[in-house]
Amino acid sequence: MTVTQTTFRSAILDSQQDRPLGLSDAEGQPAGRRFDVYRNNVAVSLTDALATGFPTIAKLIGDENFNAIAGIFLRQSPPASPLMMHYGAGFPDFLRDFEPLAHLGYLGDVADLELALRQSYHAADTPPIEPDALAAIPPEQLGDVTFTFAPAVLAFQSPWPLHAIWAFNMQDGPKPEAIAQDVIILRPEFDPEPHALPPGGYVCLTSLRAGDTLGVAATKATEAAATFDLGALLTLLMSGNALTSITIST
Amino acid sequence: MTHSIKTLPLFSAVATALALQAAPADAAKKEKCYGVAKAGENGCAAGPGTTCAGTSTVDYQGNAWTLVESGTCLDIPLPAMADGAPRTPSLEALPRDLPS
Amino acid sequence: MYDAPHPPKGLPNLPGVGYKPQHYNDLIANPGSVGWLEVHAENYMGDGGRPIAQLRELTKRFPISVHGVGLSIGGEGPLDSAHLARLKHLVDWLNPTVFSEHLAWSTHDGAFLNDLLPLPYTEDTLTRVCDHIDELQTTIGRQMMLENPSSYLAFDESTLSEPDFLREVAKRTGCGLLLDVNNVFVSATNLNYDPKQYISDYPLEHVREIHLGGHDEDEDDHGKPLLIDSHGAPIVDPVWALLDHTLALSGPRPILIEWDTDVPEWPILHAEAERAETALSKVTA
Repeated sequence: MTVTQTTFRSAILDSQQDRPLGLSDAEGQPAGRRFDVYRNNVAVSLTDALATGFPTIAKLIGDENFNAIAGIFLRQSPPASPLMMHYGAGFPDFLRDFEPLAHLGYLGDVADLELALRQSYHAADTPPIEPDALAAIPPEQLGDVTFTFAPAVLAFQSPWPLHAIWAFNMQDGPKPEAIAQDVIILRPEFDPEPHALPPGGYVCLTSLRAGDTLGVAATKATEAAATFDLGALLTLLMSGNALTSITIST
Repeated sequence: MTHSIKTLPLFSAVATALALQAAPADAAKKEKCYGVAKAGENGCAAGPGTTCAGTSTVDYQGNAWTLVESGTCLDIPLPAMADGAPRTPSLEALPRDLPS
Repeated sequence: MYDAPHPPKGLPNLPGVGYKPQHYNDLIANPGSVGWLEVHAENYMGDGGRPIAQLRELTKRFPISVHGVGLSIGGEGPLDSAHLARLKHLVDWLNPTVFSEHLAWSTHDGAFLNDLLPLPYTEDTLTRVCDHIDELQTTIGRQMMLENPSSYLAFDESTLSEPDFLREVAKRTGCGLLLDVNNVFVSATNLNYDPKQYISDYPLEHVREIHLGGHDEDEDDHGKPLLIDSHGAPIVDPVWALLDHTLALSGPRPILIEWDTDVPEWPILHAEAERAETALSKVTA
């Protein structure tokens, strides 16, 4: 009796299935619960990976709900790669589409943020620009500069108080207010940190990342939000070691 | 565009950004407590025996499963509905906080 | 058979520990009895950040053993070429003292199950495992070591004993062996054989590293003991005794303490390393 890996895998992921025939204990009796050791190793290790990867989601819905949902997700979407650091890329969309959670509309965005924190943590190291690099630009040319960004810098738009929800759960922050918040993840050293982007900040950032000059990006941001504060955004980017090169476009 | 921006208080704002720079990265510094480092580590240890998650009989199709009321989502306050009724413990899409 | 371009390097015959980031500062300040470190390959395959920065510092101070946990050498399908390339990249920049992987499978049909799953010991499995080890050794340009698994059940179709299977793999591929003494104890208990006899049957001449770790106790449907290789507890006395038995036959070897779940504070882990040092001193004196 040959036990194929197809049979083995299928019985591991579906505990309703019979355990494969051809697996025994020392006396030649059917393996029984011995097979469940593998069922458990797989389900528990993948559930733990999701729980450590999405701690804010676990806090928001409680561990009992989280473990049940993780059990569904891991069976639908086991890892496609042996790199567990990337596991759960499909979890945000799974949460968005999961009917019993439809009333918690922000879960998908929160999961995106948590996934991005991991991505930022493992992103390549790039030296930031010198602190005085921006000051060295003649003022009349500041509108013509372009930047490149560290790969650890990630940003999102959200219609929810995304940063406040994260901070409320992970940093004992105040209760979120009913506002929409865009978020930027910065990694000044090795620890990624989410920050709320000020009004217009996401527009400016997206424009800069697309290669627009500071002048163009600031204009677009001001059109999107009259209170756009370029100084505040640049302070955030500089303090987060987000900028890796500065060029005066001609 | 470049000309119009020069009429904005762009450059005075830039000056405030100049003094700030984070410290150089040090591999020995303690992790901050976000737990990102623990997320997605590979290992070769085995799990907790023969019972629990691997043999659970929860209906994994999701359609017969209901959420247990728990977690901090219950603590996230929301504005009352237009009729004054409290909202369910959830957030609905909110208007962007932009100046008009 | 893989023909190594240079004589393979070896770890020192000292205790090592599985590296955990929470012990970084303790290890840098005073490693005590610990003479080398082992890391799980897959945790250092990101593009950058703290894990890689720490590894760059550690490799200046310690011999490093890279222990793969995700290649699925026993998989029925072909090896994952992207993962082979990642292993090659890691081994190329880090230039570790040794590289090891498991006699197990974990990936099938595109799904990685994050566990070391068991194999039947047959001629078919032997051929497949040897082909995969040849491919790996050729790709990374060095010898690897293969580790014996913890077994919870037996395959009716098996025709070879585990020591015979491993002896044949080492002979055909030129790979070294990593002998996990706790796994021998766990498997022998679970499948009701004598662990000392296993060690006597085992091709100790190929062993270039020994693993020790803690296990949990459970039981099967018939109330018989079922030990689980949890790496989450102190090493038990019978496993230390089996280590002494092994070292008396093999001579001194590098000994790794594995503690991967419920990881203790440094002094507790270090005490296990000291105990391994004592075991080594009995065979080197």
